[in-house]
Amino acid sequence: MNRRAYMRYELLRTLRNRRYFLLTFAFPVLLYFVIAGPNKKEHNLGGSGLSAPLYYMVGLAAFGTMSAMLSAGGRIAAERSAGWNRQLRLTPLTPREYFRAKIVTAYAVAGVCLILLYVSGTILGVRLSAHEWFSMTGLILAGLVPFGAMAILFGHLLSSDSIGPAMGGAIAVLALLGGTWFPIGNHDALYHVARVLPSYWLVQASHVALGGRGWSGAGWAVVAGWSVAFGFLAARAYRRDTARM
Amino acid sequence: MAGAAGIELRGLVKTYRTGGGDVPAVRGIDVGIRPGETVALLGPNGAGKSTTIDMLLGLTRPDGGTVSVFGAEPEAAIAAGRVGAMLQTGSLIRDLTVRELVSMMAALFPDALDVGDVLGLTGIRDIADQRTEKLSGGQAQRVRFAVALVGNPELLVLDEPTVGMDVESRRAFWTTMRDLAAQGKTVLFATHYLEEADAYADRAVLMARGSIVADGPPTEIKAMVGSRRIRATLPGVPLELLSRLPGVVDAERHGEAVVLRCADSDGAIRALLGAYPDARDLEVSGAGLEQAFLELTGDEHPVEAAA
Repeated sequence: MNRRAYMRYELLRTLRNRRYFLLTFAFPVLLYFVIAGPNKKEHNLGGSGLSAPLYYMVGLAAFGTMSAMLSAGGRIAAERSAGWNRQLRLTPLTPREYFRAKIVTAYAVAGVCLILLYVSGTILGVRLSAHEWFSMTGLILAGLVPFGAMAILFGHLLSSDSIGPAMGGAIAVLALLGGTWFPIGNHDALYHVARVLPSYWLVQASHVALGGRGWSGAGWAVVAGWSVAFGFLAARAYRRDTARM
Repeated sequence: MAGAAGIELRGLVKTYRTGGGDVPAVRGIDVGIRPGETVALLGPNGAGKSTTIDMLLGLTRPDGGTVSVFGAEPEAAIAAGRVGAMLQTGSLIRDLTVRELVSMMAALFPDALDVGDVLGLTGIRDIADQRTEKLSGGQAQRVRFAVALVGNPELLVLDEPTVGMDVESRRAFWTTMRDLAAQGKTVLFATHYLEEADAYADRAVLMARGSIVADGPPTEIKAMVGSRRIRATLPGVPLELLSRLPGVVDAERHGEAVVLRCADSDGAIRALLGAYPDARDLEVSGAGLEQAFLELTGDEHPVEAAA
């Protein structure tokens, strides 16, 4: 048994899908230059204390990585509708290994997206210490956990037809309310909604540049809460979906 | 390798609950398959073959009865990599070449075969570098066979394996299957082609409307269901006399017409015309498999719901 080889083919399969790549990588990078480019000199975007290039770099990284994670759900739904998951159930592959392959692949795609935005950010003048880059990346990767669980939930709950619009909608709303497109200040009406969303804390990872740890305890609690909730629902959806009829 | 235990299906029952009421798919069947045996599960559409296979593989939970694969639950045999299957439904995943897909599946099994060998064995070496989404139906079917085979399973379960294959692929497929059976693999395949069961199985299990109606060597089954029928207009002759004619199994009357079910239709025609030269409107027809199954189950009405 060679699970590593299995994972490699899973990854290869994902990397081959060009349209998917264009949307996951090109779209956020392009938007980044369109939005942050003209505001290159803005050093305190919307009172956030962060420069526009830094704020939008993380904002669009949140958008792109969120999409990358959720697209694992699309692949699960597609395999279900093709009947491929029945074929896999006749192999020694366990559900845990199946999901691990899907999530690792999603993280790999998210990682590439992150690197591309970091490079774009430095082009527009973002300068951070090694420690800041490192802890920001750590926060983003941790902040993506609930989206991985959400992907599995959607993948088992929805058909391959309906999952596209559902994910598109979820990403749009979560990105908007999470502050991808504009900073949400502590005094904004939206703040109380935003701060309980996992997408908000992804965007907040840029706050490492202000010193401190980036996320408050509330941030960790929100991310952990969504992870547990989506994880629970995902497990339930999976069990219901694969229950022998 | 396998011990003495093969496949045991005992008292399997499955009913699908639909909006229109309960549809019995499998009505209490018992099948035992010895290790190394090649068994054809024969029957028309809707006979319950696929449901039986799904229960055997643990994909469907029986409403009653038990399944044992090599002395354990199907899930245990599958987790140990001892089962390979080609399901009737489902397509291949995309964005991989044929070789990559077969390699991906090989990676999941503890004792997989060499991927190159399997590509050769299943006749897909020439399409090994093609993407799975660009294959014809027959090609995809051969790839599915390679996927079922590459794990080097002891039990191969094939649900209608030759559907969509052209004549040549079909022949190549069965040649491979014969080699595998000779290697001692246990094979169960579902088909609605009597010829396939006759040519390639040690044993045929005949299903109709969820029940087993016959279980034995394919030649026996063939004799049972391969019979022809002679229809003739012949008023006034008692059925007892007709059913005693050489080659005739039984006779029935529909008004002026009689229908003779024959083991040997040629002999029966000669005898019929010899004894009753005024018999007219003679028609000889092969009982289709479906018709034969329905007769065997004593039910002439067509199957209403296929499951």
